[in-house]
Amino acid sequence: MTDLGKNTVASDDPGYCRPTVTLKVNGQEREVLIDPRMTLLDCLREVLRLTGTKKGCDHGQCGACTIHINGRRVNSCLALAAAHVGDEIVTIEGLGVPGRLHPMQAAFLENDAYQCGYCTSGQIMSAVALLREPCGMSDDDVREFMSGNICRCGAYPNIVKAIQQARRALRGR
Amino acid sequence: MQPFDLVRAPDRRTAVAEGATSHTAQQGASVRFLAGGTTLVDLMKLGVERPGRVVDINRLGLDDIHKQANGDLFIGATARNSDLAHHPLVRGSYSALSQAILAGASTQLRNAATTAGNLLQRTRCMYFRDLASACNKRAPGSGCPAIAGTNRMLAILGTSEACIATNPSDMAVAMMVYDAVVHVQGVAGDRQVPLMDFYVLPGERPDIENVLEAGDLVTHVTLSSPSTGERSTYLKLRDRASYEFALVSAAVAIRLTNDGAIASARFALGGIGTRPWRVTEAERELVGQAPSDKAFRNAAEICLEEARPQSQNGFKIELARRCIVHAFKQISQ
Repeated sequence: MTDLGKNTVASDDPGYCRPTVTLKVNGQEREVLIDPRMTLLDCLREVLRLTGTKKGCDHGQCGACTIHINGRRVNSCLALAAAHVGDEIVTIEGLGVPGRLHPMQAAFLENDAYQCGYCTSGQIMSAVALLREPCGMSDDDVREFMSGNICRCGAYPNIVKAIQQARRALRGR
Repeated sequence: MQPFDLVRAPDRRTAVAEGATSHTAQQGASVRFLAGGTTLVDLMKLGVERPGRVVDINRLGLDDIHKQANGDLFIGATARNSDLAHHPLVRGSYSALSQAILAGASTQLRNAATTAGNLLQRTRCMYFRDLASACNKRAPGSGCPAIAGTNRMLAILGTSEACIATNPSDMAVAMMVYDAVVHVQGVAGDRQVPLMDFYVLPGERPDIENVLEAGDLVTHVTLSSPSTGERSTYLKLRDRASYEFALVSAAVAIRLTNDGAIASARFALGGIGTRPWRVTEAERELVGQAPSDKAFRNAAEICLEEARPQSQNGFKIELARRCIVHAFKQISQ
């Protein structure tokens, strides 16, 4: 078999978790010990301690783990961390910080767009990505574009309000 | 998840050689190509897929979408579903395809999922996904609890005594009506397989789902160029308004003559077959007729002639008839 050198992360390594890869997260290069089985979600939470990204279903059904890869939203629970070397990864922590919130984060706060808050970081990551997507202006358009983010508390009406408010504010700039 | 080696393939030839070390490209393959991961990683977590080696094919430059010199649309194997659905050429000339993709999954999933991955996605039959259940598709010979069990979402066409699992793709249904051809690079060279011949009916071996052999790498799909004046649409009927698999769906395309008769018509159904379902005899019945409920319903009857309902999904037969009629009416008025 072709020797793929550094292209391989092998499971027969005596210390299976030994290989390190460099991931670019929120603008910073981070060296991580990687197991090929590790999803980006687990890597962010358990290795890099960026716990803003949440694990809901772990099967790409709920959207709680939504992050941005190269500017587009994806479910981090279905992405293998080692396959994303070289990609630009952005999590909720990279969006804004207390005192300097992203306008979408501020809109969620202002509109009380959550109850328990567990799905909120995923909702916001989707909502921020939506700003760059060909989403129509109606509430129904927003509902369709946000259907990959489930809220078990049912905060949907205020989530839609928050997104529409942030869109109007950002358009008015 | 079972341990595996993760390899980033430097070129297609290496990917093919890696794939060929497996004994099969079907259920039980020891090597899997990784594109978007939305099906594969999910099934690896469940233990349904247990490859010892995973070959990342995301950096092989297989993601282009363009119009070929002969007018056909070239769709790269790793083009993302979002990119395909929103591509100007697709929105302009292949409406049913754009609509079908956008009717499936969520934006997050479509941003990761790819052309070839969508074609090869596995059934959502709950018994297939549950290792505690028997399933002839996952564990050949173990039985099919769906036949006497929960089968409301499952197939009424192309089923066998061994399997009634539905093919869940929306994209593939639309591709059927555009005469899609799947281009494959294999150990013995390149070959082309019409999508109509790509999927295999379950028969006694539901673990075999398509014609791919070990090492076969889908490189791209081509769609024939639609004739001038043709209209197409995709109608998906489901339990929720968004983010749900089809109970029944229909991709339809029609072209009318100047005096309003049907010059050509094509349609395919999703959500009701063990593969995307297209019956060309039913389409030929429509040619020369005036577009009417009666004509479309007659074509639907022909398409559904061999339908065999299970205990919970008999409603799909009438739903499919109405879906076909309604979709055709939408674009022929």
